[in-house]
Amino acid sequence: MSNSTDWAVEAHGLVKTFGGNRAVDGVDLSVRTGTVYGVLGPNGAGKTTTISMLATLLRPDAGSAQIFGHDVVAQAQIVRQLLGVTAQFASVDERLSATENLVIFARLLGFSRAEAKRKSAELLEEFGLTEAARRPISKFSGGMRRRLDLAASLLAQPPLIFLDEPTTGLDPRTRAQMWETIRRLVATGSTVLLTTQYLDEADQLADRIAVIDQGRVVAEGTADELKASVGESSLQLRLADPTDLEDARRAVTSVLGVEAVVSPEAGRITAPMLNPDAVTDLFITFREAGIHLTEMSVQKPTLDEVFLTLTGHGVEDDSSTTGAAPESERVSA
Amino acid sequence: MTTATIASGRSRELRNHVSLGQSVANSFTMAYRGLLKIKRTPEQLIDVTVQPIIFTLMFTYIFGGAISGDIAGYLPIIIPGILAQTVITTSVVTGVQLREDMDKGVFDRFKSMPIARISPLAGALLADTVRYFIATTLTFVMGYIMGWRAGGGITGLIFAGLLVMACAWAISWIFAFFGVVARSASSVQGISFLILFPLTFLSNAFVPVDTMPSWLQGFVNVNPVSHLITAVRELTNNGAVTSDLWLALLGSAVVVAIFAPLTVRAYMRKA
Repeated sequence: MSNSTDWAVEAHGLVKTFGGNRAVDGVDLSVRTGTVYGVLGPNGAGKTTTISMLATLLRPDAGSAQIFGHDVVAQAQIVRQLLGVTAQFASVDERLSATENLVIFARLLGFSRAEAKRKSAELLEEFGLTEAARRPISKFSGGMRRRLDLAASLLAQPPLIFLDEPTTGLDPRTRAQMWETIRRLVATGSTVLLTTQYLDEADQLADRIAVIDQGRVVAEGTADELKASVGESSLQLRLADPTDLEDARRAVTSVLGVEAVVSPEAGRITAPMLNPDAVTDLFITFREAGIHLTEMSVQKPTLDEVFLTLTGHGVEDDSSTTGAAPESERVSA
Repeated sequence: MTTATIASGRSRELRNHVSLGQSVANSFTMAYRGLLKIKRTPEQLIDVTVQPIIFTLMFTYIFGGAISGDIAGYLPIIIPGILAQTVITTSVVTGVQLREDMDKGVFDRFKSMPIARISPLAGALLADTVRYFIATTLTFVMGYIMGWRAGGGITGLIFAGLLVMACAWAISWIFAFFGVVARSASSVQGISFLILFPLTFLSNAFVPVDTMPSWLQGFVNVNPVSHLITAVRELTNNGAVTSDLWLALLGSAVVVAIFAPLTVRAYMRKA
């Protein structure tokens, strides 16, 4: 706590348990004021639960967190005055129009009637929603909802903004618009904490990234540091004869100097490619050892690779069940 | 962004508590939200418009002859009874709608905002007084059409209406509690009707209490709804303020004193 003035968010050992499931299992986070911080992880990793605790929506079972030095439990009301939260599922009233939603939020924040109207119109204009202002939200597209949700979070001009998967489910064009908006936010001096499932997104926006898996931070650093730790790209090899897998893995370790991940069922080996030059040596070694390949490809790091490398297990494919997790979490809370 | 810079998180003047004034202002904003929703979906008013008409017609013509000998003699007894029953039944909707509302994403935003924690609840309950007003007015109008002439005059009617609305608001805290703790809107409805029926039917609303078995009279006579109905009868028919009025208000105050804190606590825990 010595130079806490630099930190917008400081979390130490946050834990949240739902039933027997430790959704968040000792998360530490430090976000410097004026930066964009990305929390990267698959569905069900504990991203939303972590944000909910920082946003005073959930009470941590253990650990502590401060927002600009204010404790999220003891000084919750102060913390709420410093935060704008844009949740994964748009937190606006479906049956009301965009203007009505914003005016109600503004009035709740203490704006006068006239101020509330003016500020709402201003934000709608800024987010390109003026034409749709009078339509009920139920007629909005996904991208429009996210924009309105973000606009609502900005009414109070909070110095810290939480964006929970701001672009999940958006088409590429809308995603690019959202990124642009987030960049403009940071330019005004806001601190942004965003969660995402996409390494690409964290790479584009975040100054620092925490990779979170099964409720734990498994890696933390700048995008470059993170990518360096998994290799700029990864080398994927499929072997003609699966019995060669062990030999191939050893060859990768000795030639490339990195630990390869073996997927026996697919007869596949994935290895971080730190030095593309050395790959030539690897292929020569393979030929000398009589190991034949059916397929060879180079992949830019994806979240999957980051996970393979950092945790030794992949991103679970079953997004339909894990995607429903926050809902059930809320009920049991 | 139109604003060039944003005040830093540390240079702001912040308070960790919500003043009473802000709580009231927040609650009224929430009530405004409730009214907007009624405006958007007017069909949700169907119960408060149809029920007073149907109930008044039905009960008067079914029980009138049996209990008072004729319809005209029964009206001064049944109208206050129907009024109390209808308006209290209306208050069940408060809990059901609260549950539906809380399942929506917008409640997450309310929870993350620096507003009075009680305001989403208080606002919803406040907006529902509009429903009570509609039900009250329609019941009186139906009574008038059927030939009831209130001896207490307009003043008596106005005070009786206000009294019923105040008591229904108090009782709606019970249903709001179930709205907060229950898992689904339909279970709220189920639980609420289990409470509603004994509360309204085990009263002096439809029949004279002395026709009931003595053990039942014991409950009926302490039921605050009985006191409410007697108070309304005295106000509308005679323009008189009796001890029943104070007992009804006392009963309401007790309900609020118990259920408002319980509801708010349960709501916070869900937050």
